[in-house]
Amino acid sequence: MTTQIETPPPRSVGPAPREAPGEARVRLACRRCGLPVALGPVYVCAACFGPLEVAYDLDSLRESIHADTIEARPPGVWRYRELLPVDPPSRGLAVGSTPLVNGTRLGAAIGIDRLWLKDDTRNPSLSFKDRPVAMAAAAVERFGMGTLACASTGNLAGATAAAAAALGIPAYVFIPADLEPAKIDHALAYGATVVPIEGTYDDVNRICLEVADETGWGFVNINLRPFYAEGSKTLAFEIAESLGWRTPDVIVAPIASGAMFTKLAKGFDELAAVGLIERRPIRLVGGQAAGCAPVATAWESGSDIVEPVRFPDTIVRSLAIGNPADGGYAVELARGSGGSIEAIPDEVTAATIRDVARLEGIFTETAGGVTVAAAAAARRRGVIGPDDEVVALLTGNGLKTPDARQFGVDPRPHRAGPGEPGLAPALPPRFGEVLAWLEQGS
Amino acid sequence: MSAVRIPPVLRTATGGQKQVVAGGATVGEVLQSLVAAYPALEQQLLAPDGSLNRFVNVFLNDTDIRHLDALATPVVDRDTVVLLPAMAGG
Ligand SMILES: Cc1ncc(COP(=O)(O)O)c(C=O)c1O
Ligand SMILES: [Zn+2]
Repeated sequence: MTTQIETPPPRSVGPAPREAPGEARVRLACRRCGLPVALGPVYVCAACFGPLEVAYDLDSLRESIHADTIEARPPGVWRYRELLPVDPPSRGLAVGSTPLVNGTRLGAAIGIDRLWLKDDTRNPSLSFKDRPVAMAAAAVERFGMGTLACASTGNLAGATAAAAAALGIPAYVFIPADLEPAKIDHALAYGATVVPIEGTYDDVNRICLEVADETGWGFVNINLRPFYAEGSKTLAFEIAESLGWRTPDVIVAPIASGAMFTKLAKGFDELAAVGLIERRPIRLVGGQAAGCAPVATAWESGSDIVEPVRFPDTIVRSLAIGNPADGGYAVELARGSGGSIEAIPDEVTAATIRDVARLEGIFTETAGGVTVAAAAAARRRGVIGPDDEVVALLTGNGLKTPDARQFGVDPRPHRAGPGEPGLAPALPPRFGEVLAWLEQGS
Repeated sequence: MSAVRIPPVLRTATGGQKQVVAGGATVGEVLQSLVAAYPALEQQLLAPDGSLNRFVNVFLNDTDIRHLDALATPVVDRDTVVLLPAMAGG
């Protein structure tokens, strides 16, 4: 097969994109200097270089948005469409409305009696990334960009490839060449062109910033980032709705770029602004892998400056961003809310993946191990108290990182005996011998 | 002289040019001569105290200058300085 880079369509030159009637309530503005910008595939403020963000007319929504209207809609992220930046695409995946499950057994093990787990391992491409990508895919269609692309630490690869398949457009997925094979295969299965770059995620991202400008493709986390990032707010919306339109005391979430962490806060903030929930303080606790913890390090040292990590060294590939764009905002949020950002060693992450699976029946990828371990660390630190109601986000599925749970475990083969968790020896296909094995030692 | 690659949002300040040349023995000096040649860039690239805007990442060839000697990093002829928005997320 020849993969040829097509001539790019014209970019943000020419007439401003047509404003759909339902979207007049939405605008882009610079998060740093407030400059308003016309809706389009743009992400940097021309005046101050700051990031652009989507803003809504929350005052007028206060009158028009009601819990019962939302509850009457079909499940999925689009049930919160008034607080999303684009209208649904013509064809898309069934994303969101994942369960909030009671984590009683796991909670008892880590000293948090009121623990909830947001099970986002069950999205269409098996991670929460389907949420932001749903917004970016709708934006690609809206702006007529024709190709969906991303720079990925792994989960975004599958989410972008799947959304492009559903939309019937090509996908280009750029990844670090040494990514977990399961994540590469996953993106390939959906028909994406996968481009491995021999470097870190930050190298991939740097190259994609320039590729996005050259090609005009819709890079979900670059030129469509303002739209993409909004999708993570649906986690906050669903948590509030599942709890009966109220908020927990603490949210625990993983941090790579910090985009999802900051959008969780924005989501709860907007729900309060439109009157769907009461405004109550929520402590935000973040988790990073100790081998790539620029945001946790800044939080711990009391600094506002996030020093980049040049060579991440961790099994938690999904969170291995050394130069996180929203790291500074994440530090501010953790600090301002009375939360914390915890750095978790890989052995602890692996052990926690096993605990979550064994105690709750949910198999999470590495980011989920980091998150639950961060909840336990924040509990030990006293940031989480014994009576707090805590929601921990399990943002990706364990089948994506099948080897990770064994990290740090004795690699010598061990055959389980009856009553012992583990792989039993292969037995002959005869009932008598299987029974004898089951009865040994009893 | 070094080549400096200019991202699209800054190209109005460089008359639409994607790449310009600027002199200087360090990254900081290259940026100073860039801003001298295209004064409209100053507000976007530099904070009032002359330090780098926190939303701008500067790369010498392929390396973030924060992994080198920051603005004091030496530059030789035929090096390329790349200016990019701080925008990473997986
Ligand atoms: C499973 C999982 N959880 C969390 C994150 C963190 O996302 P963010 O970059 O928004 O901080 C990622 C990012 O790739 C991820 O793959
Ligand atoms: Zn601005």
